[in-house]
Amino acid sequence: MAAAAMTNDLAPALAALQRAAGQDAPRADALRKLVDVGLPGAKSEEYKFTPVWRSLLRSGFEVSKLGESNGATQVAVPVINQLDAHTLVFVNGKFDAVKSNWSCPADEAVLQPLASAPTAIKSQLKDPFALLNAVLWTDGLMLHVPAGSQVSKPILVLHLHDASAGQVSAHTRLVVKVDAHASVELMERSVSTGTNSVFQTLTEEIDVGEQGTFSYVKIQNDPGRVVQVNNTHIRQAEASRVDTFTLTLSGELVRNNLTIAINGEKCESHFHGLYLLDGNTLADNHTVVDHLQPHSFSNEMYKGVMDGQSRGVFNGKIFVRPDAQKTNAFQSNRNILLSDTATVNTKPQLEIWADDVKCSHGCTSGQLDEEAMFYLQSRGIAKATAQAMLLYAFAAETFQTVHNEAVRTFIDQLVAQRLHKDF
Amino acid sequence: MDEKQILNGINLQVKAGEVHAIMGPNGSGKSTLASVLSGREEYEVTEGEVLFQGKDLLALSPEERAREGIFMAFQYPVEIPGVSTINFMKTALNQIREARGQQALDAVSFLQLMKEKMKLVEIDQSLLSRSLNEGFSGGEKKRNEIFQMAMLEPRLALLDETDSGLDIDALRIVAEGVNKLRSKNNAVVVVTHYQRLLEYIVPDVVHVLYKGRIVKSGPKELALELEAKGYDWIKSEATPA
Repeated sequence: MAAAAMTNDLAPALAALQRAAGQDAPRADALRKLVDVGLPGAKSEEYKFTPVWRSLLRSGFEVSKLGESNGATQVAVPVINQLDAHTLVFVNGKFDAVKSNWSCPADEAVLQPLASAPTAIKSQLKDPFALLNAVLWTDGLMLHVPAGSQVSKPILVLHLHDASAGQVSAHTRLVVKVDAHASVELMERSVSTGTNSVFQTLTEEIDVGEQGTFSYVKIQNDPGRVVQVNNTHIRQAEASRVDTFTLTLSGELVRNNLTIAINGEKCESHFHGLYLLDGNTLADNHTVVDHLQPHSFSNEMYKGVMDGQSRGVFNGKIFVRPDAQKTNAFQSNRNILLSDTATVNTKPQLEIWADDVKCSHGCTSGQLDEEAMFYLQSRGIAKATAQAMLLYAFAAETFQTVHNEAVRTFIDQLVAQRLHKDF
Repeated sequence: MDEKQILNGINLQVKAGEVHAIMGPNGSGKSTLASVLSGREEYEVTEGEVLFQGKDLLALSPEERAREGIFMAFQYPVEIPGVSTINFMKTALNQIREARGQQALDAVSFLQLMKEKMKLVEIDQSLLSRSLNEGFSGGEKKRNEIFQMAMLEPRLALLDETDSGLDIDALRIVAEGVNKLRSKNNAVVVVTHYQRLLEYIVPDVVHVLYKGRIVKSGPKELALELEAKGYDWIKSEATPA
């Protein structure tokens, strides 16, 4: 019954999807699976607070033209002050070599178009939007960091969209292989111009080899009318380290599916996130931390501040598999609601099959601490400043660990601006 | 919301240069009085007025009162993670200065002032660089309160049970800090349950608060009498036969 209803939702887009799949076997296969699982509806456990499709339709996106973008590509490449990075630019879902700035020596890292790379994305073919991406993907890159290489500059991936002349449908993929003892810092940002709607999906598969280190910062402050679903799947081998930070400030709807499979011993992983929302923005972070091997440590900290009619969603699953003894896994999600009309739905889910582990989780949602507000005001500090001070202190904890100074400063400025920091 | 009448008519006049002590048994309304004067929102003043240097204090927000020169040393100073005392004080001091039409202090002058005031309460700069009151001992929190008082130089300081939770050494340091800040231009109201603090901060007048009313006022010796005899005789005196 439910499946039939979902397929009906997909029906107006079916012809476009079939066109995109064409004769390509993996795409056609993904389409069959997508038709089979259908689009998630209101009763879907994974998407019950996050109506991606409805939001897309509401933004004026014509799903019969799914996979097509208007021809306009007049976009300027935004700059992050003081950041010296290799820059990879996608425009409306197509890699743009001219706008990109790639001068990385081949012994540090090798970049290939994904179509010609031998590795295709194999994981995460359960999520309907990963399937949709597998049908529609317009371009992709594969980045290979060979064993022992320390990539000296960070790599910035920019998704630029020009929605001035019509809607944009951009579906890209990124595969990153960090070999043993190698290290790389990645950043990702999307910036749209124009008032038409943008539908963006991004599917990423990242492998971090033995004793490798990988850090990933995602900055989601796109001013456009963007509905985006990101599927990021990270696998860690023995004694590797992964740090992620996801900042969400705007967009019609942002859904981040972040999955980390810790498939090696003595790994260390830090997953931080911050969402500062206003207007009608909906931001949904679904994370899965899967401990498959013993002696690893993971720490997840997501925080949110919701104003206006914005909606925050957090779902954090932690699995500790039977073999993953001596695991330390921590998770916290804290939320502050600034208006009566803002909402947050938070849900931690721990499944622990090993018996000798340390795990904790906590989630809170509430208003600003009134006693702290009074304390600051009683010292002569204006109410608005006091509020900004408390919110900034609350938020800043999540990005203090961002390693790159220029990026941390950029994040700091975005956060300060959003929270009206005037001190 | 539970509504309860706590104060039942307070008549109090504090002149510049004076120290007043407000004593009384638990639940008599001492802390409520301090809270009302500093502008805590949970309290509603149903009758009367509070004039501060001729201004209607009750019409002002907590920050406006602070800018007029009112300071409350909290009984339970709040811990605020992520906000350092230094940043917090710099913001407070400069917003007060701006409200008074003075120029904001630059970083160098601020640091200079801070170092001067730190000596007064024997507080270490490393403590002030940390998050406000987070993980501070009881004594450190109270010293931080007096440090803030020294920085902001209030015209009226309200010390709300500043002695609670202090050992004798901390009590002495805090009291000496307050004494050094006393001048003919400012006044101090000390709210306390015990006479102990008043050995160090010697009041000009002692008031006894009972059931939300000042039932007795007298010289500093009144505090000693209360210490020796307890509050029971006040209660029977205050309750008409």
